Amino acid sequence: MEKLLNDFSIGLFFWQTLLFVILVFFLRKYAWKPILNAVEEREEGIKNALDSAEKAKEEMENLNADNERILAEARLERDNLLREAREIKNNIINEAKDLANTEADKILTSAKEQINNEKMKAVTELKNSVADLSIDMATMVLKSELKDANKQKELVSEALKEAELN
Amino acid sequence: MKIKTTILTLVFSTFLSLYSFAGESPVNSTVERDVRVEYGEFKNHHLLDNHSFKLFKYETDEKTKYVSFPLPIILWDNGVQTFLSSRFYFGKKVVEHNGSFYKLYHNKIYKTDKLGTINYDENDKVLNEMPLDFSITKNVVLILICLVLMLVIFGRMAKSYKNNPIPTGIGRLLEPIVLYIRDDIARPNIGEKHYKRYMSFLLTVFFFIWIVNLFGLTPIGSNVTNNIAVTASLAILTYLITTFTANKSYWGHIFWMPGVPVPMKILLAPIELLGTIIKPFSLMIRLYANITAGHVVLMSILGLIFIFKNLLGGTLSFGLAFALSLLELLVCALQAYIFTMLSALYFGSAVEEHHDEH
Repeated sequence: MEKLLNDFSIGLFFWQTLLFVILVFFLRKYAWKPILNAVEEREEGIKNALDSAEKAKEEMENLNADNERILAEARLERDNLLREAREIKNNIINEAKDLANTEADKILTSAKEQINNEKMKAVTELKNSVADLSIDMATMVLKSELKDANKQKELVSEALKEAELN
Repeated sequence: MKIKTTILTLVFSTFLSLYSFAGESPVNSTVERDVRVEYGEFKNHHLLDNHSFKLFKYETDEKTKYVSFPLPIILWDNGVQTFLSSRFYFGKKVVEHNGSFYKLYHNKIYKTDKLGTINYDENDKVLNEMPLDFSITKNVVLILICLVLMLVIFGRMAKSYKNNPIPTGIGRLLEPIVLYIRDDIARPNIGEKHYKRYMSFLLTVFFFIWIVNLFGLTPIGSNVTNNIAVTASLAILTYLITTFTANKSYWGHIFWMPGVPVPMKILLAPIELLGTIIKPFSLMIRLYANITAGHVVLMSILGLIFIFKNLLGGTLSFGLAFALSLLELLVCALQAYIFTMLSALYFGSAVEEHHDEH
């Protein structure tokens, strides 16, 4: 310890402290700060580049996934469209069939009705003609029958007899 | 840029112009000098701070010559006194400056009289007055070189980031270390929220300790972190930063430890308070002791080469010294790492937020 104290040189201590402090300040200003800042900037740059590369990769993946999704959607859409078209086609055909059927039915029934009407008309006309004909015939018969008075008397009496029996 | 470099070169070459001058040989040259004693002195000199920058010495017929360059001496003795260390002639001459006499004795400057008398008390302690010594010593020069080196290297590194996110040149080598300190020392120990405030200190302290430690392994460099004053300065800075950035919870845990009975709180307060001082103290001693021990061992083994003076011993010593040098190379970085790591840990404890009472 005594040797240490004996060896201790105040002058050297003074110069060492002074020069070292000067060195620290100068180096801080002219070396360490620019160096560390440059290194940090570089590291930051590398980190950013890596990050953006990672991001780009992710985006690429997203894009790919999107593409796939869009493709699948398009496929589905196409299928749907085709199916719908098929359905519509079927519907149209069916509807047309139905319509045709009903129309045909309608035509048929109206034709039947008409036929019936015509038939009834004809029947009525026939009936009327028959009635007229029968009346004419009856008239002719009656006329011929009731030409003499005896026969008329006989007939009335017969009718009376019958009326009494009733 | 070119002009700047030229001016710098000129200034340095003037400053570093080698001074070669003769010193009197301390021992009579006819007497065989003891290699052990001489090497021991050399080793101690290498480990200690010095007022001149000795490069090497060589011997001519009757004189030992030193190749060295002088450093400015700055003393506080009734005002600032400055002169060059060459006037001391490595302690052999008394310097008269502004009417006062100074003598360099065992690496310390004492006030003395014209003859350079040194008075001792009964414990062989020097009684002479010591002026405050703010000299630019060898270690201060090394610290200055380290400062310039770091400013240039890291300034350039920062510049290379301006146009390009990836550094060029030396920055490419240093960036992993800077990032290591940020990601493996500062972030986990201090926390994501506060670490940025401490980055400047942590980075500077790491590279400073590392570089001056490496200087210490070169043949010319005496070791900067081998001085208790240097490690004390660094540790005190860590302590001051910890203390002044500490939050309420840190002080709460020191003075009034939550979750323990009141007598324990009173007992714990001084212990915890002492702990805050022991932590930077251990930082100081650890760095100092590790580097000093490494150098003492390394230099002792190197010295064996000269003492054995035979092929086997020399080879073995060389191998051992080589292995140890590699180890020291590791220790240089390791001690810098440990100092930075522990500083970060202390900063972390100062800003830690305790959400739950425990």
